[in-house]
Amino acid sequence: MEYEIIVVGAGHAGCEAALASARKGHQTLLITGNINNVADMPCNPSIGGSAKGIVVREIDALGGEMGKNADKSLLQIKMLNGSKGPAVRALRAQADKITYPKNMLKTLKETSNLTIYEGIVADVLTDNNKVTGVSLETGEIFKSQIVILTTGTYLNSDILVGSTRRREGPHGEKPSNKLSDNLAKKGFIIKRLKTGTPPRIAKDSIDFSETKLEPGDDKYYTFSFDNKVYYDVDKQEPCYLIYTTEKTHKIIMDNLNKSSMYGGLDDIKGIGPRYCPSIEDKVTRFRDKLRHQLFLEPESLYYDDIYIQGFSTSMPYEVQEEMVHSLPGLKKAKILKYAYAIEYDAIYPTQMKASLESKVLENLYTAGQINGTSGYEEAAGQGLIAGINASLKLEGKEPLILKRNESYIGVLIDDLITKGIKDPYRLLTSRAEYRLLLRSDNADLRLREYGYKVGLVSEEDYQKLLTKKKGINDLIEELKTFKVTPKDNDYLESINTVPLKDGISLYNLLKRPEVDIKQIKRYLIHDYEEAILNEVNTEVKYEGYIKKDNLEAEKMLEMENKKIPEDIDYDKIHNLASEAKEKLKEVRPSSLGQALRISGVNPADISILMIYLKKENY
Amino acid sequence: MSTIAAISTAQGVGAISIIRVSGEDAFNIVEKIFTNKKFKDAPSHTIHYGYIVDNGEKIDEVLVTKMCAPKTFTTEDTVEINAHGGINTTNKILELLLTNGCELASPGEFTKRAFLNGRIDLTEAEGIMDLINSKTPEASKMALNQVTGKVSNLIKDLRDDLASIIANIEVNIDYPEYEDIEEMTISKINEKLGVLKEKINKILKQSNTGELLKTGIKTVIIGRPNVGKSSILNRLVGEEKAIVTAVQGTTRDSVEATIVIGNIILNLIDTAGIRETEDLVESIGVDKSLKLIDEADLVLFVVNYNEKLTAEDKKILNKLNGKNYITVVNKTDLDKNIDEEELQNKVYVSALKDDNIEKIGDEVKKLFNLEQIETADLTYLTGARNKAILNKVLKSVSDVENGIKNNYPIDMVEIDLRNIWNLLGEITGEVYEEELLDELFSRFCVGK
Repeated sequence: MEYEIIVVGAGHAGCEAALASARKGHQTLLITGNINNVADMPCNPSIGGSAKGIVVREIDALGGEMGKNADKSLLQIKMLNGSKGPAVRALRAQADKITYPKNMLKTLKETSNLTIYEGIVADVLTDNNKVTGVSLETGEIFKSQIVILTTGTYLNSDILVGSTRRREGPHGEKPSNKLSDNLAKKGFIIKRLKTGTPPRIAKDSIDFSETKLEPGDDKYYTFSFDNKVYYDVDKQEPCYLIYTTEKTHKIIMDNLNKSSMYGGLDDIKGIGPRYCPSIEDKVTRFRDKLRHQLFLEPESLYYDDIYIQGFSTSMPYEVQEEMVHSLPGLKKAKILKYAYAIEYDAIYPTQMKASLESKVLENLYTAGQINGTSGYEEAAGQGLIAGINASLKLEGKEPLILKRNESYIGVLIDDLITKGIKDPYRLLTSRAEYRLLLRSDNADLRLREYGYKVGLVSEEDYQKLLTKKKGINDLIEELKTFKVTPKDNDYLESINTVPLKDGISLYNLLKRPEVDIKQIKRYLIHDYEEAILNEVNTEVKYEGYIKKDNLEAEKMLEMENKKIPEDIDYDKIHNLASEAKEKLKEVRPSSLGQALRISGVNPADISILMIYLKKENY
Repeated sequence: MSTIAAISTAQGVGAISIIRVSGEDAFNIVEKIFTNKKFKDAPSHTIHYGYIVDNGEKIDEVLVTKMCAPKTFTTEDTVEINAHGGINTTNKILELLLTNGCELASPGEFTKRAFLNGRIDLTEAEGIMDLINSKTPEASKMALNQVTGKVSNLIKDLRDDLASIIANIEVNIDYPEYEDIEEMTISKINEKLGVLKEKINKILKQSNTGELLKTGIKTVIIGRPNVGKSSILNRLVGEEKAIVTAVQGTTRDSVEATIVIGNIILNLIDTAGIRETEDLVESIGVDKSLKLIDEADLVLFVVNYNEKLTAEDKKILNKLNGKNYITVVNKTDLDKNIDEEELQNKVYVSALKDDNIEKIGDEVKKLFNLEQIETADLTYLTGARNKAILNKVLKSVSDVENGIKNNYPIDMVEIDLRNIWNLLGEITGEVYEEELLDELFSRFCVGK
């Protein structure tokens, strides 16, 4: 059977890639090790979070699935950073580990042009450095024009607990033992990474009186812009906050050499994520800190597992027992699943282009943890872009490359291909230079147009976007046209703002920090939906800051437009510092803007590069 | 890149002159014209005695320094030829180098290469230019401090302060659920901002003083007619620049002169006497001199020891309110009639007898706190670019204050904090700006 696109792996990246490709009308094959384990959440039972929550909104705006699927599977949802500015607000949800994969599988099955097949891929077939299909460990062969690898943590994965190492994927799944080595043979640079997960305990063995309740927000939220609500705000599952104790720390220090990562195993090559350290890391690196915060999070309505967020470890089972029982409320806790660390192979991400197509093999795309990222959202974002760009390539069209001032997904991909990685990459708001432009609320205004153009956003949803845009313009126009005068002073004083001497426009009234648009609504002739009111509130109030960000972004784009020819020979530029030369040869940036972001390439190197480009008349 | 050569010492008659060669062919080219054959295989950073020869003809007896890449100023192979000075000999050696394959260095090219090769940062590059152009020991000391990166360190400290605040805000944003992490609040930023502002103001103030030291203090001599302004100028300058006469209103044109008292440069502007006059030509001079009070960094206000203060004197005194000025009480060779109570920063002189004139210099140092600077560790920022950036920094500081006042969310206020951090990076060259380089290097003079 011949397919147009084969997606290898059905995690969060693979599902998005396969759906995008199939929805764009391409015959797609999705190969997974276990069909009942698609869109699996082997780690946190949560979707979203700071920056990541915005990525989910972006995926939805572009026509991806993660937001919709999360909405259908919520246990609890919160708006983070509500007390801070609109730029850094983001949704974080507890998602049901049973429902989420089930809903995703249903969607996959209902999508036409999409076939799911169980198997483990052993090799990517090529002809003249161009992909022609894949072969399975069983020897079966599937032909295709394009292959997208979304293998997650399954490449040569080892589960590490104490002094034991087992060749296994997450929760006992079959790993892929051949693909990674075969990729290395084809010229890929393979990097060993590591991550970990905490123990799960039985809910009914916890003494909740010693914990602090962490409920969801008292308000309805959805990730998706279609605003369909599937949960009851009053029936959300709570999380609980506890802290490690001195006793916990003593147990860890006393047994440190038994942890896989601290001497239990002496052959560990994988580098763990800085942003998600194990409890051993936390205790040893911050010795003066007397306690560390942990969250008890529900995993599902359909079973009793509680996830101890912040407590990932690779200690042997008996030490884990001791550690867990030293925690408040968990004296008698029953461990249902022990914590483990996992080592896996990834491809060094500077080997791909901004389209996520490989520089090593034509028509091969990679997305998710194989590119060195961590996180479901980061994976899904890449998967969607890989699916879109693979399809566009089939269609003979230019790839969709999101810019740093347009989306967190753009920031993520640019960081990966420009800076490479040392440890698993996590998105942070601080990675985005123009985050006031990259808000949760305006993801549709930023990206829906792209989603429509590539054919993943329906005509109906696109019309909704146009209506919203028009509403925003109309509202701003109205605010500028109509005035409040000293006659309104009674009301103004009642909302605690300074009374007027002369009339001012509603627009200028809204600029006052203490005035919210909802308090101005009474002066408006037309009705506007809440999303429009909020959007305009932000745009008017923070106009000055938004302008600054836009100005900075323009400067960046100018450097971005100075292209570096693909065939440039860096060895011919004699005066480049050798570190810079190596980095430039590795990354092969497409523009001076990208070159400038490479660590190890300093401004002096850029000016030498500029002089060279000018001299060579590029 | 080509191998470049230039005369590095000032053109003119001096005890020695240095010709510098930099580039990958530096050693090969020098070998062709140098008699000492040990030079070829000599280790780096060694000095060699011998003659520069042109087809066997001895041009000069020289010491040649060999310095191998990368531990040189440009990071390229470098040779310095210490010759015996004299324009003709030095030029002849340079010519020889050029005919043997060197290219003549364009203005600032050594420094440009040092910068492009990553050897020095922008501040240091500017510092070197100041060093080349400096006129007094203080100014060159100041420039030297920049070369060794002291200004960079000052700025880097400030950036570190900012980075810690920014990082704290970032952590709060990215890990909002962690209650154990200190929350950076508006009021905490407000507190830290005070310290920050103090540091920025200190740098700015020092940069102003630094500027004065480097380019000289624009000084105006002012006084009503016939108190001896021109005589004082002449005594300071030591030559007959202005016309000195006892007839009122003869000094009509502003005459400029640069003088060095101690280590301080004064750019003196003589003025027409200030008095109410019907004379058209004279009144132009008067208007101009009144205007000059505003433009000047320093006013030397001359009064007559022999006379009581007149209404005109008092009018000038009024105008001097808030300015840096020194009262020069002239004509101490005559009887004292002056009432001195209202006068400040007094220096008693007699221009006629050339008595006490040098004390004016001491008073200037006192006024500008320059006495301290002579001995202090000099870290001053100079250069129009840096000052412009520092002013932008101040603007951003006020944006931060404004944001705090308006109760904007902390992540918005952070935008301006980040902006300050970026701007400070521009001073040390850690943020890249294309036009910056063009501007910087067009200002370099030949050689180093």
